[in-house]
Amino acid sequence: MKTLKIEELSKNFGSTEVLKKINLEIDEGNFLVLLGPSGCGKSTLLNIIAGLETINEGDVFIDDYNVSKVEPKDRNIAMVFQSYALYPSMNVRENMIFGLKQAKTSKEKIQEQLEKVSKFLQVDQLLERKPSQLSGGQRQRVAIGRALVREPRIFLFDEPLSNLDAKLRVEMRREIKKLHQQLKTTVVYVTHDQTEAMSLGTNIAIMNHGVIQQNDTPEKIYNKPSNTFVADFIGSPSMNLIKGVLKENSGDLLFTVSGSNLEIPIKDYDFKDKSNLNNKEVFFGIRPEHIFFKKFNESDFEINLRADLSEYIGHEQIMTFDYANQEVLAKFPSTIKIDLGKDTKLYFDLTQASLFDAQTEERI
Amino acid sequence: MQDSLKSSSYQQLEQKSKYTNMFLRWFLYFILILFASYFIFPLYVMVVTSLKTMEEIRQGTLLSWPSGLNIESWAVAWGGRGYGAGDTFLRPYFWNSIKMVVPAVFFSTFIGAMTGYVLTKWRFKGDQWVFLFLLFGCFIPFQAILLPMARTLGVLGISNSVIGLVLVHTVYGIPFTTLFFRNYYISVPIELVKAARIDGAGFFKIFFKILLPISAPIIVVTVIWQFTQIWNDFLFGSTFSFGEAAPIQVALNNMVLSSTSVKEYNVDMASAIIAGIPTLIVYVLAGKYFIRGLTSGAVKG
Repeated sequence: MKTLKIEELSKNFGSTEVLKKINLEIDEGNFLVLLGPSGCGKSTLLNIIAGLETINEGDVFIDDYNVSKVEPKDRNIAMVFQSYALYPSMNVRENMIFGLKQAKTSKEKIQEQLEKVSKFLQVDQLLERKPSQLSGGQRQRVAIGRALVREPRIFLFDEPLSNLDAKLRVEMRREIKKLHQQLKTTVVYVTHDQTEAMSLGTNIAIMNHGVIQQNDTPEKIYNKPSNTFVADFIGSPSMNLIKGVLKENSGDLLFTVSGSNLEIPIKDYDFKDKSNLNNKEVFFGIRPEHIFFKKFNESDFEINLRADLSEYIGHEQIMTFDYANQEVLAKFPSTIKIDLGKDTKLYFDLTQASLFDAQTEERI
Repeated sequence: MQDSLKSSSYQQLEQKSKYTNMFLRWFLYFILILFASYFIFPLYVMVVTSLKTMEEIRQGTLLSWPSGLNIESWAVAWGGRGYGAGDTFLRPYFWNSIKMVVPAVFFSTFIGAMTGYVLTKWRFKGDQWVFLFLLFGCFIPFQAILLPMARTLGVLGISNSVIGLVLVHTVYGIPFTTLFFRNYYISVPIELVKAARIDGAGFFKIFFKILLPISAPIIVVTVIWQFTQIWNDFLFGSTFSFGEAAPIQVALNNMVLSSTSVKEYNVDMASAIIAGIPTLIVYVLAGKYFIRGLTSGAVKG
């Protein structure tokens, strides 16, 4: 049984297609992050799961029960919003128990839930305050508390940390992670922040233009991006994508860039389809953190590139190199001294490289 | 040596700027007092005239102080002289106006709040057209709808009644009240409604429990506006009512224009002030709440 299942879901606003044939499944207790740039449809998808938006095509199942036409309150979900959406006229207590009161829960049960949750989230001292008298972090806690008291099957989070300042955001992120570890409730979490997605999710679904680009574990998303969009979207700075051609040379496969003598041997690469590789136009993808200034692994490939630019950011520096007139970025500790304008010996960790078809932009 | 020279020249400059500032300040007060008296002057004339006897009015000037607190003209304006026929006084019409203005303000404000709520939080296809057509109501000259409205009231059997006036004022208040509430509710985050829906609140519950409690500032604005409009209305009152059903502004007009003998300026002035007092009270009372509502208002959670 899947806690949440979405089948062939499409949604359009007028003539704009927002979601196109979305398929998605979440197992009990998992933490799914919907990640994507703004306008990719991730919030719409979350609203549809919550029942706040109608569906044009497809179905949503919660515990194998089709809830496509079920009211939000009857879906056994709870949602935390970016703007917290605490009811301004009610104090913290009233905010937290509003849903239970609507559901005609008994007074004793309400009191019990309120005490449990407010202690757990450390807002039990704030119960009589109005939302306007709370700090950002406290409001966020109350908003989570309002979701918790309902004991839902699924938690929905809509960019809950975006309104907080950087320091508080990191703190609250850890708290949400802890919360999930303790409660083990299924979570769907929308964000545009890849660090949040990576650190929180057991699964990440990357979305763009209303389509799920890849739905995988954070490790797979990072190491084996399924297309150039995912490769480019995840990581900072993002993966280097060098355009070139694959050449077969007496049984060995080489990656070359036309008009240059730089060649990278492709060995032990896990191709999806080994046919027709000769003369295929591809992107060679390697992350800045997989380019080294000295040989760490026996298999590291040595190459000479000209250093063009250095960006110092404290604990590390981001170097820009020239690879046959294409930029290649690398991340080094800031203690390493590299002369600009000169050829530098670099080592590519080829076990971490990715190859994408230049036409379809899909991983090959 | 140079230092002391410098400091003395600074002192001079300081002195100079002090004098300039003082002059500007007094000039500002002068202008303000001038404008304030320009506005307060007619009220002064009205009040002193209403406290004079007719004798004093004929002999004195417009500005002269009354000989004493002669409130007889106020009593006459409010309660009449006690003859039978032909004696017009404000008391019954004042209550007519109250009976008209309270329900009309209540209904138009309430319906405006509801409409504004629907137009911002329960958007539907073509809602912007509904809003646009409602806005037309703000710009239609009321003279244009007098005849159709008279016919409508006749068909409904409520012409020449307070109820008829309540209906007219409610209907023509809705465009303005809707505009006010719509513009207010548009700044209330839609997430509030979403959260309430997940919590299990329905259409009316969200309106009464979530939105209405944070609407105090705009309710006050709307009430001030509607009260002033309806209380001061003469056109609808004089067209759709006469005789005993007339509101106070119509009665005031009748009183001042239809006196058969000498013009009693003191009674006229007293009547005019009485007719204006309720709006003044609303401004003074509600204005305070208005500012309080604005400063304490924390609409954004």
